[in-house]
Amino acid sequence: MVEHYQILATILLFVVVLGLIKVFGGKEKIVQLLALQLLGTSTVALILLLAQQLQLEGLRDLALIMGLLACIVAIAFVHYVKFNSENTLKK
Amino acid sequence: MIINILGWILLTIGVVFFISGTIALIRFPDVYTRLHALTKADNLGLGFIIFGLALHSNSILVSIKLLLIWFLIMLASASMSHLISLNALKNKINLDEES
Repeated sequence: MVEHYQILATILLFVVVLGLIKVFGGKEKIVQLLALQLLGTSTVALILLLAQQLQLEGLRDLALIMGLLACIVAIAFVHYVKFNSENTLKK
Repeated sequence: MIINILGWILLTIGVVFFISGTIALIRFPDVYTRLHALTKADNLGLGFIIFGLALHSNSILVSIKLLLIWFLIMLASASMSHLISLNALKNKINLDEES
């Protein structure tokens, strides 16, 4: 029964890798930011699954901090970066 | 036992939400539709996984902590997606015509 957590965590790891491909390969900055957000949330889910698997209490705190830091990245990005209007999609 | 099985079902649904969210992020045409997919994966996927884990955890304190994590992340991601969409509108990132 315990290994099922590992199966779900592996699937989530594939999701994280797909998101990473989008982060590095995406052409528009804002899409890269969105992929980074999704990556943050799926990492939180991954860490929570591992916390249940390994019975480690501290990993839950780590998950909480990961989620909040991912949000701060978005706030800083929105504050400092102006998006190009070249990002406009064929209009 | 029934609670255990229900927990596994909820965990599986959560992972399916994450997979569909990532595929949607890759396939959707523009920022706003991608934001829609992202918030679904954020709130529902993480929500299902956290409810499943809360059913599996032995102590009620751990369950409450998990629910608090979900609540905080939901609050953060909701305000974050609002900021991003507002910024995209201000910088005139337009809708895709086909969408």
